[in-house]
Amino acid sequence: MSGAQHSQVGLYAAVAARSFRRYSTYTAATLAGIFTNSVFGIILTFAYLALWEQNPTAGGYEVDQAVTFVWIGQALLMTIALWSGGSTDDLAERIRNGDIAVDLYRPVSVLGWYLAADLGRGLYHFATRGVAPTIVGAVLFGLVVPSPAGVVGFAISIVLAVVVSFSVRFLFAVSAFWILDATGPRVLLSVLATFFSGLTLPLNLFPEGLRQVALALPFASYIQTPADIWLGRHTGADMLAAIGLQILWAVVLLALCSLVLRAATRKVVVQGG
Amino acid sequence: MRAYWLIALLWIRAALSYPVSFWTMMVGGVLITFLDFVSIWLMFTHIDSYGGFSLREIGLLYGVTSIAFRIADMLVGSVEKIGQKVRSGDLDAMMTKPVPVLVQLCADRFELRRLGQIGQGVAVFAWAAPIVDWNPQRLGVLVMAIVSGVVIYFCVFVTFSTIQFWTTDASEFANAFTYGGNTIMQYPMTIFPREVVRSLTYLLPLTFVNWYPCLFLLGETDPFGAPGWFRFASPLAALVLVGITALVWRQGLRRYRSTGS
Repeated sequence: MSGAQHSQVGLYAAVAARSFRRYSTYTAATLAGIFTNSVFGIILTFAYLALWEQNPTAGGYEVDQAVTFVWIGQALLMTIALWSGGSTDDLAERIRNGDIAVDLYRPVSVLGWYLAADLGRGLYHFATRGVAPTIVGAVLFGLVVPSPAGVVGFAISIVLAVVVSFSVRFLFAVSAFWILDATGPRVLLSVLATFFSGLTLPLNLFPEGLRQVALALPFASYIQTPADIWLGRHTGADMLAAIGLQILWAVVLLALCSLVLRAATRKVVVQGG
Repeated sequence: MRAYWLIALLWIRAALSYPVSFWTMMVGGVLITFLDFVSIWLMFTHIDSYGGFSLREIGLLYGVTSIAFRIADMLVGSVEKIGQKVRSGDLDAMMTKPVPVLVQLCADRFELRRLGQIGQGVAVFAWAAPIVDWNPQRLGVLVMAIVSGVVIYFCVFVTFSTIQFWTTDASEFANAFTYGGNTIMQYPMTIFPREVVRSLTYLLPLTFVNWYPCLFLLGETDPFGAPGWFRFASPLAALVLVGITALVWRQGLRRYRSTGS
């Protein structure tokens, strides 16, 4: 690795580390969040228990798998910043108030910088708001434990989940270049992400046509794919295919981000006279 | 009251100055509640009854709690920003103005777009309403339930946000009771253990928002054996909560120390 490349990697690692530390400052917020995730986990668990009591194989899940699905969803929703709150929020705000000009001046890729920051944040949220509610769920209801291969696959899958979710949020945030206030698109995005990630209902419970569409969308990478890997629904070649689809979305969306950012940058120059 | 609407009007005008954002948020708001109910509807493609209730009966429960919750959320939801206001020092500025702090906090960033979410609750309710054998008495109970429900959710918002006077960055704690409360009330209580339903009756009386009144609308008795008069007791529950909320709020405000002091 050349020196210049090395320092680039070091830079992004530093950005990620600072982002991790920034979020770790707010202990009370983290504790409050863990409590809230756990409460929602408990509510949804009872909702699912009643459903699976009536239909013990709904969507091809056993009842203990369904309960585990609930808690994986609660664990991942902050990790992937399902309802925003990641580095893309900072980006949208900086576009609105004009500070983005400073970011564009830096001899660093804007996309890389914000992605690194979001990965750092994601790691913090996973370690706290991911792990803690899962323990609550395991103690209260007992959760399905994955195979060693499942653990490895799950770990890779959630990193990709953060990258895919970041790229989608980035695209929506950059829309602020054109409409100035990106709050509206952000609300719209969180609605779609909530429904199509499998957070409220596993996608495998959707009617067949809608299920196929939902599984192909990038939102499936958020929760559905990691959860199915954890639950052992994707194993062997099937697991590789599931992760492959996540990689495909990550690459396509990041390329799109890069393109849109370039178009937007030209617009900034125009606005600046 | 007049001050509340003056501040609210200010924020409405501000929101309308970003029209694209305003309308996408409005549509987003409608969609969010719509897809929320679609999830429940999709559950019914796998089962015929849920906790002993049909889809329309759940629509009734869902409609009543949603309408009450979304109205309360629009009117006072921004009270959850107390912590932010404390940190930024804005609360000091509010204290110097001749309008009660609570009114200023609630009207702050008033969001007209939440009308969309209320509309969605109304739509689900309207779809479910034909299963009720309507008469003046039942209509009266419905109106009473919704008005009391708004007051009950108002109290939940204020009470749990007051905690931020002690821990300024724990705003999400309140979500477990506000949004969590609305979510739990969308389901028939029969799917929960008895202890949960008891807690939602005597500790955090959310069952009075929709569960007991809707049992009356449907002409049913409580499967958990609660007294029959509970079905008309929503205003009582709301009144008790208002008393507690006033006490908690006063304690919180007294506890308040400006940042840096």
